[in-house]
Amino acid sequence: MVTRFLWQGMSHTLRLFVLLVLAIGILVPLSNLLLPVDSAFRMPSWAVQLVGKYLCYASLALAVDLVWGYCGILTLGHAAFFALGGYCMGMYLMRQIGTRGVYGNPILPDFMVFLNYKELPWFWHGFDSFWFAAPMIVLVPSVLALALGWFAFRSRVTGVYLSIITQAMTFALLLAFFRNDMGLGGNNGMTDFKDILGYSVQSDTTRAVLCFVSALALAIFLVISAAIVGSRFGKALTAVRDAESRMRFLGYRVERYKLFVFVLSAAMAGIAGALYVPQVGIINPGEFSPGNSIEAVLWVAVGGRGTLIGPVIGAFLVNFGKTWLTGALPEVWLFALGALFIVVTLLLPKGVVGLWNQFMNRSRERRAKAAA
Amino acid sequence: MLLHRPLSVLLSVLASLALAGAALAADLTALVGNLTSGGLSEREAAITALAASGEERAAPILEALGAGQLYIRNSDKLAVIGKVDGNKLALTEAVSGKPAGSAVEADLERVRVNNRLRGTIEAAVGSLTLMSPNARTRLSAADALFKRRDATAMAALDQALAAEKDPRIKRAMSEARAAIVLATADSPPAQKLEAIAVVRERGDRDSLGVLKTVAAASTGEVKAAATAGADSIEQALAAWQMAQNVWYGISLGSVLLLAAIGLAITFGTMGVINMAHGEMVMLGAYTTFVVQEVIRTSAPHLFDVSLLIALPLAFVVSGAIGILIERTIIRFLYGRPLDTLLATWGLSLVLQQAVRSIFGSSNREVGAPSWMSGAFQLGQLNITYGRLWIVVFALIVFVSLILVLRKTPLGLYMRAVTQNRPMAAAVGIRTPRVDALTFGLGSGIAGLAGVALSQIDNVSPNLGQGYIIDSFMVVVFGGVGNLFGTLIGALTLGVVNKFLEPYAGAVLGKILVLVFIILFIQRRPRGLFALKGRSVE
Repeated sequence: MVTRFLWQGMSHTLRLFVLLVLAIGILVPLSNLLLPVDSAFRMPSWAVQLVGKYLCYASLALAVDLVWGYCGILTLGHAAFFALGGYCMGMYLMRQIGTRGVYGNPILPDFMVFLNYKELPWFWHGFDSFWFAAPMIVLVPSVLALALGWFAFRSRVTGVYLSIITQAMTFALLLAFFRNDMGLGGNNGMTDFKDILGYSVQSDTTRAVLCFVSALALAIFLVISAAIVGSRFGKALTAVRDAESRMRFLGYRVERYKLFVFVLSAAMAGIAGALYVPQVGIINPGEFSPGNSIEAVLWVAVGGRGTLIGPVIGAFLVNFGKTWLTGALPEVWLFALGALFIVVTLLLPKGVVGLWNQFMNRSRERRAKAAA
Repeated sequence: MLLHRPLSVLLSVLASLALAGAALAADLTALVGNLTSGGLSEREAAITALAASGEERAAPILEALGAGQLYIRNSDKLAVIGKVDGNKLALTEAVSGKPAGSAVEADLERVRVNNRLRGTIEAAVGSLTLMSPNARTRLSAADALFKRRDATAMAALDQALAAEKDPRIKRAMSEARAAIVLATADSPPAQKLEAIAVVRERGDRDSLGVLKTVAAASTGEVKAAATAGADSIEQALAAWQMAQNVWYGISLGSVLLLAAIGLAITFGTMGVINMAHGEMVMLGAYTTFVVQEVIRTSAPHLFDVSLLIALPLAFVVSGAIGILIERTIIRFLYGRPLDTLLATWGLSLVLQQAVRSIFGSSNREVGAPSWMSGAFQLGQLNITYGRLWIVVFALIVFVSLILVLRKTPLGLYMRAVTQNRPMAAAVGIRTPRVDALTFGLGSGIAGLAGVALSQIDNVSPNLGQGYIIDSFMVVVFGGVGNLFGTLIGALTLGVVNKFLEPYAGAVLGKILVLVFIILFIQRRPRGLFALKGRSVE
């Protein structure tokens, strides 16, 4: 019932796009698992991992787009929510290592033994169970977003000020997680994961499943976002983006709209981060660096803000470019990234999707003229 | 006759001195002879005797003995002092101090000392150097004696105290004397009380130690006086500690001010979010590096003024790049602050990578001119010249910027455009030009900051990134569009940061400050000193 309702609420293009995402999530891992090794259509294992990574990035981009593209909140700290979700997953994975660590301590992870911890810090309790870690992945980022948003939106901190606050937040977290006595691995972070839910994180099957789950998560996020954006609530959100004061004068509680979408978006980012960590096999404080958050904003800008398809396309395009350039011409990558920021803001304010729409409109007009 | 008398007196004095000198030289030879012969216990007596002789040569001989550099030459049994010179020892005659050739260690026999003797020697040398003609030596001898509190040096100290003319050294000596009095258990209480007053006057950490020992060891009036003295010193030291923290805070605040003040112009008055501001600072620092490189290779004697040469150059380099950025990128993005933010972030990446490609990613060495190195003591405060100059420089930049804004036509235009752009354009101000110049000014000041920061931070392509968030915090905290707010904001954040550091550690302190600002902005979204106005958004 609900699925059908959601499905009908989506535009034709978006429906196709969700199917495309799911198809990637199914076909890429399957080709890796089922086709013979020498087949031309078989995806190598590293490519499956890469696609899985991109899918997580795409979810993060979608989360950023939801607050920036539809609600006008330029967040420069979304990578913090992503990393927090990742750390929750990392803590679960660390506890799964058990006695297989270098020091073979059944309870304490290696870095704690190394730092002379005598017992598990209180916030580590419960993370040995996936069913405790899973809600935490959603809760931790959401609660932070709720606290920050509640303070910020209520006192009407908007625009650039909010951007700077979110950036300061992720910067403060970066500094905090670098500390060894945080009990979260310090600057080395967490790595050397062994199992997730009893399956080895190194095996091809697990990777394939993780890739599929990432695609599924992205598809679900797209459907949820579409439902929100298309609803009355979504229209009000867009109105807040375009004329906040007017909405307030009309009697809308602007801060509640903002807070809801901000928290939802943080939760999405957290889940994306949690799926990201077992696929790349490491989580460290570098994920909190302000540059990461801004890069996520760039994906949205490149794809096209205020569209649901745009961020996904942007995340894939930019990250593909990054993977290729950092391999082929590492010197050029930062130049390219920097130039991309400038070019997109100056020349392509609506991103790739906007460009495509413009192109389609023009050709439609031309056809209409020709018909007339 | 009247003229002759002083002359004859002088002559007779000289004659007697010469005679005394000869007699003493003979004595000295005997004393040194005692020193180098006999067992270790006799050697101790010889050391004391030598020290008591008051001979000028006694100090270097005893120092050499303590350092294991006093030898007997095997060939003629002469006592010599040997200093390592290549793989041989350069010798001087112990008694006369004249050079005596060189020798390898096999031809010499070292005069041995043990640890107990070393203590005796140290005390003896300490009291000898009290009479040294060099004022600095006397002062450090008195200070050393204060720390050692060696009762055997009392006689020498009294003698030196009577002869001393320099009031500063005299005070140091009487403090040392007081410390010795206090360390001697059987000195009369009246003397002890007097001594406590002297030590209390000195008021540093060592005096606190002295008084605490006295308070623990004695009873009655002396104990009370010592305890009171220790308490008052402790309070004074706490106050000095506070002052030191304030100074560190001001020093950090001036760095923040330098980094943020350019931003206060571009962000505060123009409303442009320049994420590449930190890179302007970095360019200033690299300009300093280039200037110093050129000076090193072609005109080393100019090294001391390298920073003064770098200042205008850094201003021009960063300012010109700022104007270029404004003309090519930012002017298309006015009214779209979030897009400006993204574009300038991209720009900062490009600038960083460009500098990395040209200069490499490792840290570059920027030297400090001689007038910026070293430190001086103000009470119990230790102030380095480098930090002092940065504070002064930050204030100079701040004041000149205020003057530019208040007293020059450019400043007038800038304020006019900020307050009402269409009106300013209507009365004939070329607003695009003013925009470009304002942005250039802000960037140029960032360049100046870079020159100063090159003295205290690593000059690397990432230099600017470390400051950008702090700078925004300062500007937002102080109140956008208000230069005095920036000043107060920078100093407040600097001082708060330094006061938190001892309790929370450097990193946690910084985190606390960030959290504090995040909360503060919620309370006062427009900063400490908000500009009052009627515009809604």
